[in-house]
Amino acid sequence: MLLINCPWCGPRDEIEFTCGGEAHIARPADPAALSDQEWAEYLFMRKNLKGLHYERWHHSYGCRQWFNAARDTVTHEIHATYKMGETPPVVAGEDGVVKGGNS
Amino acid sequence: MKRREARLDVGGRVNRDRVLNFTWNGKPYKGLEGDTLASALLANGISLVGRSFKYHRPRGIFSAGAEEPNAIVQLETGAYTQPNVKATQVELYEGLEARSVNCWPTVEYDFGAAANLCAKLLPAGFYYKTFMWPSRFWMTYEYFIRRAAGLGRAPKEADPDIYDKAHAHCDVLVVGGGPTGLAAALAAARAGARVVLADEQSEFGGDLLGRRDVMDDAPAVEWVRKVVEELASFSEVRLLPRSTVFGYYDHNYLAIAERRTDHLHPKDGAGTPRQRLWKVRAKQVVLATGSIERPLVFADNDRPGVMLAESARTYLNRYGVKPGRRAVVFTNNDNAYAAAIDLADAGVEIGAIVDLRPDVQGPLPQKARARGLEILAGEAIVATHGRNRVQSVEVMLLSPEGDHVHGTARKIDCDLVCVSGGWSPTVHLFSQSGGKLTYDAGRACFVPGKSKQAERSAGACHGTFGVADCLDEGFAAGLAAAGAAGFTTAGISLIAPAVEQPGEAGLRALPIVPGRAAVGHGKAKHFVDLANDVTAADVRLAAREGYRSVEHTKRYTTLGMGPDQGKTSNVPGLAILAEALGKEIPDVGTTTFRPPYTPVTYGLLAGRDVGEMSDLTRTTPIHEWHAMTGAVFDDAGHWRRPWYYPRAGEDMAAAVRRECRAVRESVGIMDASTLGKIELVGPDAVKVLNQVYANAWDNLAVGRCRYGLMLGEDGMVFDDGVTARLGEHHYLMTTTTGGAARVFGWIDDWLQCEWTNWKVFITSVTEQWATVSIAGPRARDLVRELAAGTDVSAEALPHMAIREAKVAGFPGRVARISFTGELSFELSVPSSYGMALWTACVTAGAKYGLTPFGTEAVHVLRAEKGYIVSGHEFDGTVTPQDLGMGWAVGKTKADFLGRRSLDRSDMKRADRKQLVGLQVQDPNAVLPEGSQVVERVLKAPPMPMIGHVTSSYWSETLKRGIALALVAGGHARMGQTVHIPLEDKVLDAVVVSPVFYDPEGKRLHG
Repeated sequence: MLLINCPWCGPRDEIEFTCGGEAHIARPADPAALSDQEWAEYLFMRKNLKGLHYERWHHSYGCRQWFNAARDTVTHEIHATYKMGETPPVVAGEDGVVKGGNS
Repeated sequence: MKRREARLDVGGRVNRDRVLNFTWNGKPYKGLEGDTLASALLANGISLVGRSFKYHRPRGIFSAGAEEPNAIVQLETGAYTQPNVKATQVELYEGLEARSVNCWPTVEYDFGAAANLCAKLLPAGFYYKTFMWPSRFWMTYEYFIRRAAGLGRAPKEADPDIYDKAHAHCDVLVVGGGPTGLAAALAAARAGARVVLADEQSEFGGDLLGRRDVMDDAPAVEWVRKVVEELASFSEVRLLPRSTVFGYYDHNYLAIAERRTDHLHPKDGAGTPRQRLWKVRAKQVVLATGSIERPLVFADNDRPGVMLAESARTYLNRYGVKPGRRAVVFTNNDNAYAAAIDLADAGVEIGAIVDLRPDVQGPLPQKARARGLEILAGEAIVATHGRNRVQSVEVMLLSPEGDHVHGTARKIDCDLVCVSGGWSPTVHLFSQSGGKLTYDAGRACFVPGKSKQAERSAGACHGTFGVADCLDEGFAAGLAAAGAAGFTTAGISLIAPAVEQPGEAGLRALPIVPGRAAVGHGKAKHFVDLANDVTAADVRLAAREGYRSVEHTKRYTTLGMGPDQGKTSNVPGLAILAEALGKEIPDVGTTTFRPPYTPVTYGLLAGRDVGEMSDLTRTTPIHEWHAMTGAVFDDAGHWRRPWYYPRAGEDMAAAVRRECRAVRESVGIMDASTLGKIELVGPDAVKVLNQVYANAWDNLAVGRCRYGLMLGEDGMVFDDGVTARLGEHHYLMTTTTGGAARVFGWIDDWLQCEWTNWKVFITSVTEQWATVSIAGPRARDLVRELAAGTDVSAEALPHMAIREAKVAGFPGRVARISFTGELSFELSVPSSYGMALWTACVTAGAKYGLTPFGTEAVHVLRAEKGYIVSGHEFDGTVTPQDLGMGWAVGKTKADFLGRRSLDRSDMKRADRKQLVGLQVQDPNAVLPEGSQVVERVLKAPPMPMIGHVTSSYWSETLKRGIALALVAGGHARMGQTVHIPLEDKVLDAVVVSPVFYDPEGKRLHG
């Protein structure tokens, strides 16, 4: 049961949230201009990273706000949460090196 | 067997003034307050408590705690019965009833013991090898295997008890109330931290309760009493005895099973929640979970009377019970000598202390020697004898290498064999927290490595076994935890009580004690896992058969998979596997420890979420009327909707036929309140509609409605409904009943994350409005009466128009929306007027023959019109074109959600499944929904299928069966005959338009 710090409500149990998968995937401005391959990249392809992962979360049983989180998919450590539209924080690992990341 | 009274006259934590009556296998016995079922059985001289899992060998009480592999019992009867409870963990109460499991007809004369005679036929993995073929017999095999394997029986009645859940937040959670945990809790509490101290036993003290340690010149339990008293005086300290911390999850979230009335007779606990599930979020955790003694693996080490040495000591010192009259102690370490000394002091004869080590000089062995106890150093037990209880053992000299025995066997009479193979720290919770274990070769055990969470292990679970060291480590851990949680710890005075801690020499680890014959040869069995009857030979066989991974070996042999989860067998089994593979133990690795530490009840996990509370139910404001009228309900998501309204003597089919006729011939009324309703308000509301619906919304006039298909970005239809324009910037969207939350969430997601500057508010108003649908040729007559001030003529209020209106005197709306294909009106009023509106309609409609109709009739009527329904015609794999609804896609719109996907090449394949109607050649036949459609009928399945039936009903209007189907390339198959093979026949059908009734829509527009 993760403890997730909603940027609007504060720390709450995971059971109040829904994970929305990889963050920072903007919808293409002009989908019609894309090839099938490019559209498929947007629609289906996800990085599925091991380690630092920027992802969307929804406080679905709370304030119902979407926000982003920088979570380690191995340790489940949540390095930061931040509001939609904010710049993703740079996260360094224990050794000071940024591992992976999809920001 | 002769019954013996084994209770000491004095000593222990039992209350000799309070005698408790209980029954064991139907016979009455007496125990004392403070007993466990196991200690009471031992006090009554009962050594045989069960039969083993696979071979049905007689088994006795082996331990005094959670690690018990043998004494698995069934408690109580009827609804209160509990299977597979460990007798060592059951607190005795007046009237307790218990019986052994896994034996028939009785524990003394067990039928399944024949399995022991066929043991050669039951090697490791015998389930997999024996019952492979033919595979269709597996179910039969499994039934008999399960029966033969026995264990307890689950109750057949509903659980009569109630269970609670509670959340707690604390600075420091201390797990375990032995010397280490008490010290840690005291230190943290004195620092001012909010502390939770949980311990699985009925009283705090841990191992001190079973020993004779002296602290500050008084019995150690006196120190325990004082510490508990002080802890109880802190307002921020919560003491949880009888509470097992069974799970350690992410971010320091731990689950505790508190047993509140299990120590009482069921009837005395009634009304009080039996158990409580604590969900604790702790800033810091101190694990002080102690350690579990390991057995030695030697020939026939499973006879009743073979017991862990420290457990024998616990029965003696804590419960005042002599577990035998003449004991042989078999050890590879110094610690077991303390048990020998305690037993001797209590009057138990010591046959000998058999020690695998050739040189035994530690303080405890010296004390035993001085006490006159015979020590056989460098020797080993090579055989045990006795039928239902050990009567003697044979001892031989061990070679210096420990690989064989020699010399003449000496027989020693005994009825108790106390074994000790060293100690395994209880690292389960540490492992669950994500921490990796490291192997300590010196102590032959796994100890916690680096912490992954805000947690520290202290005391025996950390590999620190001396009591003085444990106290020091406990204090330090408690202070460190409080400090890490933000409390000042400088200047806190903590003085450990003076306690003697004898030094201990190292142990001698031998994975298998050699005997007369090689392991796996001869009759003797060397048990590793008593609970699942896994022997050393089984583990070696698995290694020979190619098993390298400990996880695979575990599953193949079932080592550690019993109710005890291998608490005594994991490390011994690992050692044997490592030896067989020629590896070191740390290179073989451990299996993963998973929650729960000990089994928990389903009731605990369910809490109050049972029966009516297991899920929520949503009902409309008109629900009571439906219920009183005798409606049969249909669940759609959480909603309860009237399915049909049977009259006296009517079955479902007759009721639905009557309801359909009423709508087509006169007028019907339906409660449509469950449809999702979302208001969109703001200048950009129309932009939202243009994006989320496939069709165009710019030219929808105020007061008009439009139908739309909602697509995912993959181009697949996921919801549909009618949206009305109520004002310049004000729209009311309706969704499917089940899709309302999803649609709202979908739009909200885009508004929050992509369309962040659009000026629009969306609000769910599903429960704010009651909606009544009035459908049928007489609908206008009725609505004209109900909405007297509003012109509801076809000219003033055409199909897909909406007006604010007073209906039955209430402020509301009237709309022309039809899902039945008939002239149809939707009347909406605020929810609180819903029932009044309905009854006004029913009263006024009586003269027109107004008939309430339910969801089944709606489904028939809409299928006659070829209208699609979520979950039937669209299921996440279907595009608007597949549905033949290209008209609902805006051809000139530059973009909308899902549009780009509709242009993918796969979406344009001619052989996609497309919606068609099926007209079965036998008009009386109604196809089963889900039937497969084929082009050519083969003699037997499998046959290539080209589609499936999505909806199928008896059409009362057309007096024949009708069906909708998704068929490959269906739009080009009009007029073709296809086939629907059923179990007993094949039906032929013609592919037709999905619109069976009124294709011109004359009635709808009427």
